[in-house]
Amino acid sequence: MLRRLPEQKGRRVRFLFEGEQVHALEGDSVAAALLAAGAGATRTTPKSGSPRAPYCMMGVCFECLVEIDGVPNRQACLIEVRDGMRVRRQRGAPGLPGEAEDDPV
Amino acid sequence: MSDASEVIVIGGGLVGAAVAYGLAREGASVTMLDEGDVALRASRGNFGLVWVQGKGDGMHEYASWTRRSKDLYRSFADVIRGGDGTDIELKQDGGLELCLGEEDFRANEDEIRRMHNQPGVGENDRVMLDRADVLKMLPLIGPEVTGASYSPHDGHVNPLYLLRGLHGGAQALGARYVSGAQVRKIEKDGEGFSVSTKVGAFRGGKVVIAAGLANKWLAEMVGLSIPVEPNRGHILITERMQPVIPMLLVNARQTADGTINFGNSHEDAGYSTRINPAKLAEIARSVIRSFPVLKDARIVRTWSALRVMSPDGFPIYRESESMPGAFSISCHSGVTLAAAHALELAPVILRGGFNERFAAFSPERFDAAPAA
Repeated sequence: MLRRLPEQKGRRVRFLFEGEQVHALEGDSVAAALLAAGAGATRTTPKSGSPRAPYCMMGVCFECLVEIDGVPNRQACLIEVRDGMRVRRQRGAPGLPGEAEDDPV
Repeated sequence: MSDASEVIVIGGGLVGAAVAYGLAREGASVTMLDEGDVALRASRGNFGLVWVQGKGDGMHEYASWTRRSKDLYRSFADVIRGGDGTDIELKQDGGLELCLGEEDFRANEDEIRRMHNQPGVGENDRVMLDRADVLKMLPLIGPEVTGASYSPHDGHVNPLYLLRGLHGGAQALGARYVSGAQVRKIEKDGEGFSVSTKVGAFRGGKVVIAAGLANKWLAEMVGLSIPVEPNRGHILITERMQPVIPMLLVNARQTADGTINFGNSHEDAGYSTRINPAKLAEIARSVIRSFPVLKDARIVRTWSALRVMSPDGFPIYRESESMPGAFSISCHSGVTLAAAHALELAPVILRGGFNERFAAFSPERFDAAPAA
């Protein structure tokens, strides 16, 4: 389990992950915030559907893909959290525009 | 001074490795000299097509050579798998060139007419499809697509596995691979040749120069003039997506994993392999005209690489007249021609009669004085 270093300070930010409220610090990447919050798997792969979580934290491995505010396949490690962001797990390959979205509920 | 091989192959890309593999299969002892990480390496940046349609418009010998290589490819893939276990992921299910607008459609139609009934090329089975036919294959095309040309012969491989399989297969047959061996000098040495490199000198009975764009200056050392020039292409890779392009196109391919690769751009940029964002934008705009559904697709990787182009776009093969036993092999289709290079060209290097067999691909065609 990952824990924040005790000296971390900053403005509190709140965003939604799969509809649940998550607390983060301003300046966190979405990936860091999800790891700190113990979110577990943040996507499933298009090929086998197996669970994945953030890995490289520097934009090259594409393991941390999530859907942010309705846009699929965003790299969570390269995007800073913002108040009110709506983040969801990326489930496999995104649907094409105009297709019905799979409902996560 | 290392032990002499029967043949030294200069170049460890798809052309050099295919020739080296073919020579090793014939039982020759081979040393393959690879330039190393400083090389331009078209073999690591290409699109991986085994492409037939439109090739050899203006030279029927190239059209039939291309068709021959494509015919050999299936058994070649089996040979490679038997060599070191590599699966080159060959698929030959046909391919399309989409036409945007009327002019595109007419251009492809004219090309088919020009190439009709050329000697030795094989069956004329490339056809034009109208928009309705294309819609059946590709339901997501945009309104500007007027049709496509289709050939049942076109296909593709995974070019990185192809390169690995050729290297592995050659080495399994005893070929020696030397990396970092940038060539400085090629000289006559008794009956054979001595090749001086950054990592020492190598002796061989014959020398095959298959070094891509470097043939231009390496072949001069054996008395050949090989006018190859760089032509830059860009490739874009998208995120993994649901199936959008279920058919192979000349400029786009969707992998089994869902990523889509786009290419087929041409640019004169000297020897620079830098990315040109304007060119990427141009490719993207053209892709969106073909498949509007892709306008929101995210690009995850791009790169550029340099094609090896002759003045007419066709291969240049030649044995030196002044230094017999020294050969220069250049082409821009190192993937498509790999099977022919390994199984048909390599044996001729050992047997003799090379310039008669490949007369059509002689560089002398560029010296012809214009008619008065």
